[in-house]
Order: sequence, then C-alpha cells, then structure tokens
Amino acid sequence: MISIQREDFNVGDEYELLRKTSRSEGAVVTFVGLVRDVNLSDSVTALELEHYPGMTEKVLNELCDEARQRWVLGAIRIIHRVGKLQANDQIVFVGVSSRHRQDAFDAAQFVMDVLKTQAPFWKKEHGVNSAKWVEVRETDMLALQRWQNPQDPQ
Amino acid sequence: MVNAVSGGWKMITIKFFASLRERLGVDSIQLELTSSITVSQLQQHLIAQHEDWSDLQQGKVLCAVNHTLCDANTTIHDGDEVAFFPPVTGG
Repeated sequence: MISIQREDFNVGDEYELLRKTSRSEGAVVTFVGLVRDVNLSDSVTALELEHYPGMTEKVLNELCDEARQRWVLGAIRIIHRVGKLQANDQIVFVGVSSRHRQDAFDAAQFVMDVLKTQAPFWKKEHGVNSAKWVEVRETDMLALQRWQNPQDPQ
Repeated sequence: MVNAVSGGWKMITIKFFASLRERLGVDSIQLELTSSITVSQLQQHLIAQHEDWSDLQQGKVLCAVNHTLCDANTTIHDGDEVAFFPPVTGG
C-alpha cells in the first residue's frame, strides 16, 4: 500500500499492520528516513517536500510491482510525507515482509534506491531569508546501478 | 503546429514542478495543437514563445507524458498531460 501524506506516521502501528498481514512470512524489514540536521545549516529552518500528484503514486505502485517480480514478498508498505518538515522529522517509511530475511532486506533497499532516483519528489531547504532546492546526489544514482541487471538482484 | 489557447482540437495540459516551476513563474498551462507534436518540438515551441524559458532545454529537465517518464521523441496526443521537472530528490 502507498500513502503520500502531510501527516506524520507511527512506526509501531505500521509494523503491527505488516505483522498481522504476514501469516506465512518470517521476516519484516522496516526503514525510516529522517530529516538530517547535517543538511540544515544554522540559517536553515525547515525542509519542504513537493511531489507530482498522480505520477508519484503511479511510480511507487510500479516500483512495488517490480519488487514483487524480483523477490517473493508478503506485504509492501510505503509512506512518503510532503509539505514542510523540521530537522529530525520522519520523511519516509518502507516496510517489507517476506518468508526469508534476505529477500526482505534486499527488497526494502531496492524500494528506497529506486524511490530516491525515480519518484517525483523534490526537497527545498528554507532559511531565514532564503530558500534553496536540494541538488541530486551522485551517490544516489550509484546506489541505483546495483539493481540494473534484472538477472542479478543481489 | 501550435495555436493559442481555446478552440479545442488538440488541447494539452503542461505542468511544471519544483525549481523549474519557480523559474518559469507558472505551474500549469494549456495549449491547443493543430497536429501531433513531439516532446522536443514542444520544448522548442515553448522556448521560442517565452523569452525567459531557456531552462526548458533538453538535457536540463525530465519530461513525463501522462505520468510516465519519456524521452524527447515521444509524441504528444490530444488530451495528454505533459510535465517538465528537474531531477528528483525525495526519500
């Protein structure tokens, strides 16, 4: 299930949902992305997240389909927040259940790597007197490359 | 190839996001086409029509047609939703 929302989320609640819907799965992996204060210099007061309604949901649903083609998975849960966030706020949640831990770990990492480079979200740093759009990071593109041979999901 | 708005033969919606939306000063426009057009031709047309829209050049922005990422040779049809935006930075 996919959610794009302004509201915060509760990791415990999301984990319980994953656990309850995963009867034959023995592994649940969850990931939470936070607003880092290393991104935020003293003059930066907030981070703003913009998305493309309609396309973002489509990209994330296709991403879940692709993950299911690569690994045998139970449930997949993605939550991504939009709007204004402060340092240490939760931005993104990814939860995956699977029969075996390696598939759950790999699938969660795959979802995050593809999300960061393909899903239409944009971050803007707000300062006291100015605002700046966050630039693409080379390391995010490199992280994606390890998934680009479909014969070798490792 | 492209007319001013209204008339309704081939109406497309063009959306802009994030830093590109701010630099162009608009989040959405509508255009009436008199024939099919490629993404690349649309970019050339918009840059020619607007003095300050050179940021729409190929290579500087990504393009989606009907919520799917596409390349410069993709053909745009009546009723399509086209979007231009910078590389994504979510997660």
